Amino acid sequence: MILVYADHDRGVVDPLTFQALTFARNIDSDVHAVLIGGASTGLNPISAAAELGEYGAQVVVIADISGYADYAPLAAARVLVERLVATGATTLIAASSPRGNEVLAHVAAITDRPFTADCYRITAGEPHKIVRARWAGNLEEDVDVYSDVLIATVFPHSTQASTHPAPGIIQEITATVSERDLSVQVLKRVGAATGGVTLPEAKVIVSGGRGMGGPEGFGILEEIAGALGGAVGCTRVVTSAGWRPHSEQVGQTGTKVAPDLYLACGISGATQHLAGCKNSKTLIAINSDPDATIMSHADYIIVGDVAQILPLVLQEIHAALSVTHTS
Amino acid sequence: MDIAVCVKRVPLVGSTFILNDDSMSIDTSRIGATLSPHEENAVEAAVRLIEAHGGSITLFSVGSAESLEQLREQLAIGADRAVLIETDGAEVDSQAAAAMLAQAINQDATSFDLILLGSESVDSGGYQTGIRISHALGLPVVTNVKGLSCEQGTATCERAVGTSREVYEVNLPAVITVLDGLNIPRYPSVPGRIKARKKPIDQVTITIPAPTSVRTSLRVPVSTSKGATNLGSGQEAAKALIDVFKQIGVMQ
Ligand SMILES: Cc1cc2nc3c(=O)[nH]c(=O)nc-3n(C[C@H](O)[C@H](O)[C@H](O)COP(=O)(O)OP(=O)(O)OC[C@H]3O[C@@H](n4cnc5c(N)ncnc54)[C@H](O)[C@@H]3O)c2cc1C
Ligand SMILES: Nc1ncnc2c1ncn2[C@@H]1O[C@H](COP(=O)(O)O)[C@@H](O)[C@H]1O
Repeated sequence: MILVYADHDRGVVDPLTFQALTFARNIDSDVHAVLIGGASTGLNPISAAAELGEYGAQVVVIADISGYADYAPLAAARVLVERLVATGATTLIAASSPRGNEVLAHVAAITDRPFTADCYRITAGEPHKIVRARWAGNLEEDVDVYSDVLIATVFPHSTQASTHPAPGIIQEITATVSERDLSVQVLKRVGAATGGVTLPEAKVIVSGGRGMGGPEGFGILEEIAGALGGAVGCTRVVTSAGWRPHSEQVGQTGTKVAPDLYLACGISGATQHLAGCKNSKTLIAINSDPDATIMSHADYIIVGDVAQILPLVLQEIHAALSVTHTS
Repeated sequence: MDIAVCVKRVPLVGSTFILNDDSMSIDTSRIGATLSPHEENAVEAAVRLIEAHGGSITLFSVGSAESLEQLREQLAIGADRAVLIETDGAEVDSQAAAAMLAQAINQDATSFDLILLGSESVDSGGYQTGIRISHALGLPVVTNVKGLSCEQGTATCERAVGTSREVYEVNLPAVITVLDGLNIPRYPSVPGRIKARKKPIDQVTITIPAPTSVRTSLRVPVSTSKGATNLGSGQEAAKALIDVFKQIGVMQ
């Protein structure tokens, strides 16, 4: 039996969890999902369990921890440790997200077991044969992991989430943890959402690199992103120069994204940048250098100066949208 | 306040990865080395805290003697001393590295108020060393931190989620793991480099725990070079682009 830690943010299940469920199902069909936090977290047990059931969860454990308000990683880990013992599960899986990795690393530390992050494939056994990402996916490693219970996370977007309806039977449990286990928890949130789409959820990302020339160059990227209902992304050169906030950085040390469209403007395509966007469904590059690395990773390319091409693109978008609106 | 920062030497890989013939490691014979990126931010955060509150910075690293190069560089930036837990350079998995670092930190004469690490190392991507150290030392841990301030024995940490930030507070002593974007690391100054030559580096050995993860092979994933379609130039390219947008369904 496999346990999957199902992360949720104030009741909204992280979409990467559906990839983790799909991944887990391929190892063992007896998948149980674990959601942490009762009503105070904003979780709706019925709809969350239905969603997880859609992706193959036979059972959905909902653990209500007294004093758990929003997210407290160590408290969540304690519940998973208890569940591993109670169920005799041999594998614990989560998405490789900041929270998935954090909670599972706590479980591994508490139980003194190995923790294997960013997995592509797992063949359980003695040892477990695992294929995982190194260097943010620029390398692949075969590794033998020795552990009675395998604790592992799934590399984002390496498995496509697919539905596989299962009962998703709700099993509510209450858990008590020590005050210490709750001492590190989200106290509040600042810099409230700007209302725009966030990078991980955006279907369209219009991204700029050094070739945009400066912070003012990003105005047109914002306009194009706005017109397509997307978000703006950028490279590390751009965040290091202070042109854009780090929250927009795509790549190895930024966000890893997989939108329907990734429009890379004035970006060379360094491996560290590609690590964050190579799973995009369609990658289009606009670059003045036909030999830039990004060009050989793109589906479509335009060779040219962004300062000339992008205004024309925006003009064409407006023209196309106004036709749709008037017709 | 006394701060420990755990840093790791990693190969400075350019645009392509070249592996050794045994497919077990990166060919580092023609490339340099650097610190794993988030750790530069950890050192910078430590230097800023010391500038504001006074205190000391000690670097800890598990690695080969070649790591002295990276330790000197960070001493030049403002750390006071370093402890190198010396190995033959063969890979040490995150679980073992964490145990060794915890032991070295624990047996150090200084008792640290704050232990800083990267959230994940660029080469291993283990996402666990800081958390393991916190358990070994019985300290709280906050991870993925992109905003940090310390006042009166409490650290306030911010962590980015979507477009907003989560706020955590933790009493010191604590372990905090940080991310690129926390700050912009400074470069060492010439006087900094000169001072660094005289700063102490202890070289110690600690038995490496038996590995629980053993590499059997390493490879460069098959490139997905797609043979891109060139959309032309000027107005024609802009029009063709809109057609592609419609075709892939991102525009009506
Ligand atoms: C450990 C580590 C982690 C890293 N993590 C990340 C990460 O998470 N994300 C990331 O992005 N980078 C990361 N980097 C940095 C990465 O290696 C590159 O330096 C960076 O991605 C390059 O950014 P760029 O493409 O904007 O700039 P450049 O490489 O300078 O490329 C600029 C491109 O713009 C083109 N150009 C210039 N002018 C024009 C014009 N007028 N019109 C059209 N095209 C033009 C040029 O031909 C060139 O291809 C990391 C590096 C390291 C060492
Ligand atoms: N060999 C090492 N020496 C010193 N610090 C390390 C070492 N390995 C990992 N770390 C620290 O732990 C962080 C996370 O590493 P990891 O858990 O392996 O992804 C790194 O960013 C470093 O700060």
